[in-house]
Amino acid sequence: MPNNIADLYNQVINEHRKYPRNKGLIEGYKTLHLKNPSCGDDVTVQMKIENGVIVDVRHDGSGCVICCSSASVMSEVLKGKTVEEASQIIDDFYELIKGNMPKDEDRLEDAIVYLNIHNFPPRAKCATLAWRAAGALLVDDEGEDADE
Amino acid sequence: MQSLLNVKKDFPVLENNQDLVYLDTGATALKPKVVIDKINEYYNEYGVNVNRGVYTLSYKATTEYEETRTMCAKFLNALEKEIVFTKGASNGLNMVALGFGMDYIEEGDEIISSELEHHSNILPWMEVAKKKKATLKYIPLDSTGRISVDAFKKVLTKKTKVLAITYVSNVMGYISPLEEIIKIAHENNVIVVVDAAQAVAHMKIDVKALDCDFLCFSAHKMMGPTGFGILYGKYKYLKKMSPVEYGGDMIDIVEKDSCIAKDAPYKFETGTPPVAEAIAFKEAIKYIEAIGYDKIKEHVDELTRYALTKLSKIPGIKIYNPTTEVGIITFNVIKAHPHDVATIFDEHHIALRAGHHCAQLITKWLECVGTLRACIYIYNDYSDIDKFVEALEEAVKYFEEW
Ligand SMILES: Cc1ncc(COP(=O)(O)O)c(C=O)c1O
Repeated sequence: MPNNIADLYNQVINEHRKYPRNKGLIEGYKTLHLKNPSCGDDVTVQMKIENGVIVDVRHDGSGCVICCSSASVMSEVLKGKTVEEASQIIDDFYELIKGNMPKDEDRLEDAIVYLNIHNFPPRAKCATLAWRAAGALLVDDEGEDADE
Repeated sequence: MQSLLNVKKDFPVLENNQDLVYLDTGATALKPKVVIDKINEYYNEYGVNVNRGVYTLSYKATTEYEETRTMCAKFLNALEKEIVFTKGASNGLNMVALGFGMDYIEEGDEIISSELEHHSNILPWMEVAKKKKATLKYIPLDSTGRISVDAFKKVLTKKTKVLAITYVSNVMGYISPLEEIIKIAHENNVIVVVDAAQAVAHMKIDVKALDCDFLCFSAHKMMGPTGFGILYGKYKYLKKMSPVEYGGDMIDIVEKDSCIAKDAPYKFETGTPPVAEAIAFKEAIKYIEAIGYDKIKEHVDELTRYALTKLSKIPGIKIYNPTTEVGIITFNVIKAHPHDVATIFDEHHIALRAGHHCAQLITKWLECVGTLRACIYIYNDYSDIDKFVEALEEAVKYFEEW
């Protein structure tokens, strides 16, 4: 087995695969549903934002390990952050996926484990799907059901 | 082990990627050097437009281009005027549904298709059915996922007008029993549209013997260039069929408030075509015919048998089509999502496809989110299969343990 497979499916990712955090949807939250049509990854992300703070993040869906674990990690990292902080973290995450270490790496918390994705370019869209949904929810106050 | 074709050296992609195991022929076949050389010949030696200029180079390009039509007609046992140049199978199938079906289908009519279809042979008909208030019906598949003559008879009614059916399934690798189905369809005045996109790489197609009314395929799946394909139609139907696109080349006479289109096949061909691709397609036909479909079948069958025997010994995987007929093996690692497994294959430089293969209906029928698909073709060898099986064993083990 080439080594980097284990880099991809590392401990943290495996943890989130086995025990996803904040999984399951809650009625009344802002909701966004996104898909990667070519591969069938399918994620719904929800947020509850009060006074500029993300008080809750939920997610549900189906897909590969990278996609599902990343939704779980995202929910944990963004929960409790202000909308502004969260937007910055999401931008950092996109940079990370491209292989660029962000200035403030601590801010990414567990999401840092996706650093190796840039060695697996076809999987970048799996890792970012839930984050794209989260980013869109932050920008769009109403939330909507958009498929890509 | 039986002696196989030895053609790897004909394929520059394999020469330039020595450790590549290419098992994604279902998506597109690799191109032999003769095809690539012909594309370059066009651009280097006479790269001008066709059907326009009266100068020597234009004549040369047009001659080369029209020779493809002649060769395709011979290849399919059709007439030249029955050969329409398209952008590929999807384009051709859309032209038939939207240009012929949209006029031909009336309210209350029935269109029959199957869950084995690629989206390109079902969605255009779904659109026709919706617009014309017709009904789209599906041939019920048997327990292995096959289309049978009896199942076709079950959905056939007096209202059936069109059958849109695949010759070979791009997911299951089954050959549809078309000869008999077409005979029955015609006894019931049903027009038959055949998607031969996968078939053409594996079997001799004789449209006269098959007696299909329309048949489409892409050049790129039979080692020809991308962006080019063939629509065959019986001339009596091509004559009736409306063009979907209007513009230059396809028209005879233009007045301020009317125009007269050329005859088939030219009325379907507007705009500057992919000239190099059309010209180079001849080389793909010559290449495939020089090898011979019987030899291709022997080679693919032997490697498929070899692969299936090895795969049957791996626990933890599911093969969806153990009775595949054209080297397409569709499977999953039971404990893992197909995309996670695909990445492990990718790390081993094994190219194969994961997902729903543009055939969501059969993926749903198989009751899974997606599948992995390994397609065996003439440039694969025993060593490719060994590497594929080895990587799969590692993947099974990897996802078993975590
Ligand atoms: C059975 C079948 N039909 C149609 C198509 C569409 O071919 P193209 O993408 O070249 O238009 C494909 C390609 O995957 C196919 O496998």
